[in-house]
Amino acid sequence: MRSLDKKAHEAQDKKAAIGPDIDLNTYSLESPQHAAVKDLKVMPGADKERMAFAGLDISEEGRSGTYIQKDAISIHSGSHQDGLEIIPIKKALQEMDWLKEYYWKLASVDTDKYTARARLDLQNGYVIRALPGKKITLPAQACLYLEKEGFSQNVHNIIIAEEDSELHIISGCASASHVTRGLHVGISEFYVKKNAKLSFSMIHHWAEDVVVRPRSVGIVEKGGLFLSNYISMKPVKSVQMYPTIYLVGKGAVARSYSLLVGSPGSELDVGGRIYLKAKDTRAEIVSRAITNGGNIISRGDIVAEVPGVRGHLECHGLILNGGIMHAIPELKGMVDGVELSHEAAVGKIAQEEILYLMSRGLTEEEATATIVRGFLSVDIPDLPGPLKAEIDRAVDLSQKEVM
Amino acid sequence: MLLIEDLQVKLGNKKILRHVDLEILPGETHILFGPNGSGKTSLLMTIMGYPQYKVTGGKITFKGEDITHMTIDDRARLGIGMSYQRPPSIQGLKTRRIIEACSKNGVDIDALAERMNFTDFLDRDINVGFSGGEIKRSELLQLMAQDADLALFDEPESGVDLENISLIGNTINDLLQRDSGEYPCRTTKQCEAASPCKTEKSCEPAQTSHGETPFKTVKDMGTTRSKMGLIITHTGFILDYVTADQGLVLYKGVVAGKGNPAEIFKQIRKVGYKECARCAA
Repeated sequence: MRSLDKKAHEAQDKKAAIGPDIDLNTYSLESPQHAAVKDLKVMPGADKERMAFAGLDISEEGRSGTYIQKDAISIHSGSHQDGLEIIPIKKALQEMDWLKEYYWKLASVDTDKYTARARLDLQNGYVIRALPGKKITLPAQACLYLEKEGFSQNVHNIIIAEEDSELHIISGCASASHVTRGLHVGISEFYVKKNAKLSFSMIHHWAEDVVVRPRSVGIVEKGGLFLSNYISMKPVKSVQMYPTIYLVGKGAVARSYSLLVGSPGSELDVGGRIYLKAKDTRAEIVSRAITNGGNIISRGDIVAEVPGVRGHLECHGLILNGGIMHAIPELKGMVDGVELSHEAAVGKIAQEEILYLMSRGLTEEEATATIVRGFLSVDIPDLPGPLKAEIDRAVDLSQKEVM
Repeated sequence: MLLIEDLQVKLGNKKILRHVDLEILPGETHILFGPNGSGKTSLLMTIMGYPQYKVTGGKITFKGEDITHMTIDDRARLGIGMSYQRPPSIQGLKTRRIIEACSKNGVDIDALAERMNFTDFLDRDINVGFSGGEIKRSELLQLMAQDADLALFDEPESGVDLENISLIGNTINDLLQRDSGEYPCRTTKQCEAASPCKTEKSCEPAQTSHGETPFKTVKDMGTTRSKMGLIITHTGFILDYVTADQGLVLYKGVVAGKGNPAEIFKQIRKVGYKECARCAA
């Protein structure tokens, strides 16, 4: 552990490989105290509303458990289902010796200054684990909430789907309505064990001057399935993330779906990288991005290292009202017998489509909104119905604000 | 009523309609014939209000309103609807959603879809990967939901297999409040069977031994019917199913002839468009 700290210290000023550099010293590390909340319903209405935008269901109906963190403080943490564990990571690190086999085992502390900060100034985060053979079909929910203006929130999450288990997580990040400026650094390490199924849907609902630097790495063992969804449709100053997934067991599958909206002043540099390292593994990376004045870089990278694997990349971008859309799909086949493909398109809404809907009686605005909604609705295979409904709801809510 | 007077239309720099006069009374259905490039689709698109079709002269009146420069959605809301030959595919937009969007008066979408043998397609993206026949059924389904007073059909039978063509034909009859059995001599098939069928009179249904007419006359139906239709056909197959009041030949951007649709189609088959246009003119 010491050596990790040493590495982190050395990387404190290390710029990230991509994305605008951020001066970390301009953000505060002093978190206010927040009281623990037992009953989510008693939280202030404004908080509840903002959290709902990020997919949090206050009633907890249809949820298997909840974790909520305000600034640096974990205010609620609990599982309602046998076989599901939800624990603040600081507590888990003290009480669960086995966690050291997972903590910083996939992500490297010296990746850049953001990983270094999460190592040196860890505030909290969550460990969510489905025990072996347990099928947790109702989603677990987590919310990382930024309430203090100018705060640097540094979290570390570890998600484990043990052998033959099933786990679905909605992880929402949001800032309070009065917050304009802030920083969120989030390390996530995902372990999908043999024949396990994990879906992780991250919904971001930040503010105009919030900077976000997630650093995620996942590993999928034999027969495992990892679905990773990311939705960011609200204005945000800068998001840069390039999560990496390693498929190391035979027949492992990873799918990554991103829905992005870039508002004026926003810069989203979002990608996904999947390594196909075992026989019969499959990867799919799909992104749908709309800019109405923002700058979006949509990256995708699939690396095939063994024969008989398949991967497909799809980046579709719409420029609605100014802005920049930069699609960077990459494929790398390192041996014979791999099948990799990609399709990328950057364009506008076809006038023909708008007129077609107008000839059915929709106004031009209604027609445009209908087409945009369609563009953002991707059918995500293997996603349970309630989670799909939740994602649709998040898209609808955000889209109303965007349009 | 749809009234088109001396309509002239440009697409880009090209004059595509030079002089079109057309009058469709409530309850009437007209068939539009013409070779490729004669301006048939352009006429429909102009009536629907597609902005790239610039009206440079003349006037279009619908239900007493001058719609010559009205927007496409206002025309749709006024009661004009169109079944396209090649509508755009829209990724992510479910067919059900678009049918909902154009539905008036609490239409039962599932019942309509079942009738069109289209239930399986409701949750598919509109027109994405649809075959020619599936597109036609989807278009008609939307028109039914829309319940348009003036329905424009651009080659409703093209790409439709023989099994589905009667479904398409019967649906168009329904849309236009027509009953396919009632005007025996107005469909080509029956016209040929009952030949000679040259005059209006020979088209009148025979009386039964009780002296009653087994079918309503065209006139009778015309009074109860209000829906108007304008149908483009290339192959004429649709005439086997859909009765119509008037046939028009569009030739080089001009209405070159009018008459009994079945007769016109027979003539076109016999002597071709050019000759037919010349004779009719």
